Amino acid sequence: MRIFDPHIHMTSRTTDDYSAMAAAGVKAVVEPAFWLGQPRTCPGSFADYFDSLVGWEPYRAGQFGIRHYATIALNPKEANDLRLTPVLDMVPRYLAKENVVAVGEIGYDTMTPQEDTAFAAQLAMAMTAGLPALVHTPHRDKARGTARSLAVVAESGIGADLVVLDHLNEVTVRQVRDAGCWAGFSLYPETKMTPGRMVELLKKYGTERMLVNSAADWGRSDPLLTVRTAEAMLASGFTEAAVDQVFWGNPTEFFGRSGRLTPAIAGAADEAYAGNSITRGGR
Amino acid sequence: MNPAAAPPSGPHWLAEAQAGVLRDPDTAGTLIAAAARELPPAGVTRGRAVLLAAVLRADAGVARLATLYRHGDSGEKLDLLRALPLLPDPGGLPAAAIPLLRDALRSNDDRLVAAALGPYSDHLDQAAWRHGVLKCVFLGVPLARVHRLGERADAELAVMIGGLAAERDAAGRRLPPDAAALLRHLTAATTDDQPVTPAEG
Repeated sequence: MRIFDPHIHMTSRTTDDYSAMAAAGVKAVVEPAFWLGQPRTCPGSFADYFDSLVGWEPYRAGQFGIRHYATIALNPKEANDLRLTPVLDMVPRYLAKENVVAVGEIGYDTMTPQEDTAFAAQLAMAMTAGLPALVHTPHRDKARGTARSLAVVAESGIGADLVVLDHLNEVTVRQVRDAGCWAGFSLYPETKMTPGRMVELLKKYGTERMLVNSAADWGRSDPLLTVRTAEAMLASGFTEAAVDQVFWGNPTEFFGRSGRLTPAIAGAADEAYAGNSITRGGR
Repeated sequence: MNPAAAPPSGPHWLAEAQAGVLRDPDTAGTLIAAAARELPPAGVTRGRAVLLAAVLRADAGVARLATLYRHGDSGEKLDLLRALPLLPDPGGLPAAAIPLLRDALRSNDDRLVAAALGPYSDHLDQAAWRHGVLKCVFLGVPLARVHRLGERADAELAVMIGGLAAERDAAGRRLPPDAAALLRHLTAATTDDQPVTPAEG
């Protein structure tokens, strides 16, 4: 079994996690820039954080044979702190970096005007850089927040197939499927999504355009819930090929649209995905 | 998707990027980052050296170098360190580059540490250089990658490596063979007043 975790905050995890992930078949990860639990108060803190995502963390992952990619953005929650507005000016610089495969996490936290501005500005940056976008859906007022996010995405002009809306659930998945965006699900112990519920959603909506991640971070989370979900899929009758599509083919197809996955990762995708500009420079 | 619309790649891309940097050195950061995908993997390091040389021909080129290093990802930092011995010095290059070498030596990325001890390490003072070598021993970087090791290794370095050897010994661990060989050479030279020969690697 090979796993590409399309959303995990490795900065918050230990080397024991990297060891366990590698042993379980995790070969690649995407680490989206997000908040760190403790609010930051100056743009320089973001520069150091972003530098870590394109410097130290890929090196750390490499010690365990795991390829580390990142997404860069000013996150919606901290977009509300006006001291941090200059971070938006720094983002394009990082979008040029070799291991940056999308803009994210962008989207809404509490749906304020400041969040509107940062969301739209960073979708425009994704289009300029030719990158996909990773959209966080809010924890509170999620259904309306998801609908509003889809409206902002549509208004921006970015292709729906270049956008994933993440942290979806039974209530919010339908509208994202209907809009043609990718659907992301974060497996979290007890809260966002469980392996059993995820399997039911895959039965109902199919395995295409579905991204399943652990979103493991500094909260109560488990970097191996991707593996547990893959096992639950097999136990409920999904084929090995279907599991590989969800946990390898789909992430390499979606993030491959950046044109920046290394051939060893992009080329390992099944032939079925080879036509989807997943090789270097294919966008 | 459309090959006709694709940007030029390979040698054409590098020539255009170099001209772009000469026209507007503010574009250097983006172009140096983009070299990772626009050039074949074997040509990225050389291509970045070409672009950095163009930066040094611009106004305040030397000052720009520090910013490019600070804004670089690991690959860009590595390629900048490797390029240093090849770059033209418009005046003040060593003074600008030494803090970058020291920054790399503070990192825990063994690629950066090794690159900082390449040919440009001639500009590092002896104390910083010794600590760099000792860090290589710690991290397991082959000492063959240290520039002029045989000429610069001295009695003080022998004391430092000897201290590490004692700690490793107490823990039931050994020095890497190249470090042990260097230590033998250095202590023999100190004892017998013989010239130090380069360590094998």
